Amino acid sequence: MTALPTRHDEAFRYADIAALEAAWPVATRTIVVASGDTAAHSLVVADGAVHDIAIILGAGAQASFHVLNAARGYGRVAMRVTLAAGAQFHLGVAQIAGGDQTVEIVSEVVHAEPDTISRQVVRQVLAGNATGNYLGRVVVDRGAIGTDGEQSIRAMLLDRTATANARPELEIYADDVKCAHGCAIGELDAGALFYLASRGIPPAAAKALMLQAFLAEAFVGAEDEDQLTAAALAALEAIV
Amino acid sequence: MLRPAAVLDGADLLAMAPHERAAAGLFLGFQYPVEIPGVSMVQFLREALNSQRKSRGEAPLSGGAFLKLAREQAALLKLDAEMLKRPVNVGFSGGEKKRAEMVQMGILDPKLAILDETDSGLDIDALKIVGEGINAIMRKPDKAVLLITHYQRLLDYVKPDYVHVLAGGRIVRSGGPELALELEEQGYEALVA
Repeated sequence: MTALPTRHDEAFRYADIAALEAAWPVATRTIVVASGDTAAHSLVVADGAVHDIAIILGAGAQASFHVLNAARGYGRVAMRVTLAAGAQFHLGVAQIAGGDQTVEIVSEVVHAEPDTISRQVVRQVLAGNATGNYLGRVVVDRGAIGTDGEQSIRAMLLDRTATANARPELEIYADDVKCAHGCAIGELDAGALFYLASRGIPPAAAKALMLQAFLAEAFVGAEDEDQLTAAALAALEAIV
Repeated sequence: MLRPAAVLDGADLLAMAPHERAAAGLFLGFQYPVEIPGVSMVQFLREALNSQRKSRGEAPLSGGAFLKLAREQAALLKLDAEMLKRPVNVGFSGGEKKRAEMVQMGILDPKLAILDETDSGLDIDALKIVGEGINAIMRKPDKAVLLITHYQRLLDYVKPDYVHVLAGGRIVRSGGPELALELEEQGYEALVA
């Protein structure tokens, strides 16, 4: 695809098209994990950037991909993942945005063959007029029996003016599969914030403490979990 | 008509935000302590103590010194120190939550503690432990406790200096410890009627 997408394209429905234009066209980065191999990748989007990634997992391969999308400006990570028989894929994403920023993750995970597992954990913290998007499709091809796919999508809005769009989708063409998705968009619990304040923790620190715990779920199992968490905390401080 | 006021050591509590009241020396014991998934007790209490110390112009407590203090206070309330590694109040039984509140009080070392029905949800043994904990932490000349309760039972362990009966938003009677015993016998109805 070389023509600049419009918002009529489903995968770009909530995109910041003006910012996208500056980065267009986007080259696809392909990651191949050979049969039986294990790979761990992480990506920190700190400045406005558009990423397009294809991940191809061979039979029995295992891969994890962790993303911190806390772009100043427009941050978009699109990925298409294909799993051969017995392959396992884990995606952990934290998106943090304030101001007028848009951050988004667009994933398509294709279970092409039997006995594959995919897990997607997406956590978003959005403040000001920011928009955070997750468009995620899990496709189970015909014959891909024994598939186990899961999407867990949660967003925390710090201001009523922030927006979270979440569209977890399942497209299943096989029997005997297990697929689940859950999505929740909410605000920090006022009772918990008061409890923390009553012990002497100032409001901003109380929020950061709770949000840190919320975001931590995205980085569980990452090889560079500590660095990702530290970078996420720095991004949080800028918007809390 | 008198203007309502709440003053602690000359500081106007009503003009302060909740975290500033805590730093001024006020502790609130919750009837229903809040569960906070993902935040460990240790992390929460260290942040709380150091926030209070910072606002009083004191140096923060190091990780080691804090853990030592936390273990001492947990032992005082016979709470397994391992529980402090768990998320705040998550999965704690009713009694454990109340004991954990008292451990928090011990760590934060307030001047004034307002304990809201700390005896609810406690079995007989836990009641004794919590009562003795309140005495050990707060029974000092420079400290005070306002204990809110419906029952005499906690007062067997925490001997009150004054007893006030609050009904319909007003103190309708005041006395010494004997007033609580009298209430236990006659009920509130006779007094309020």
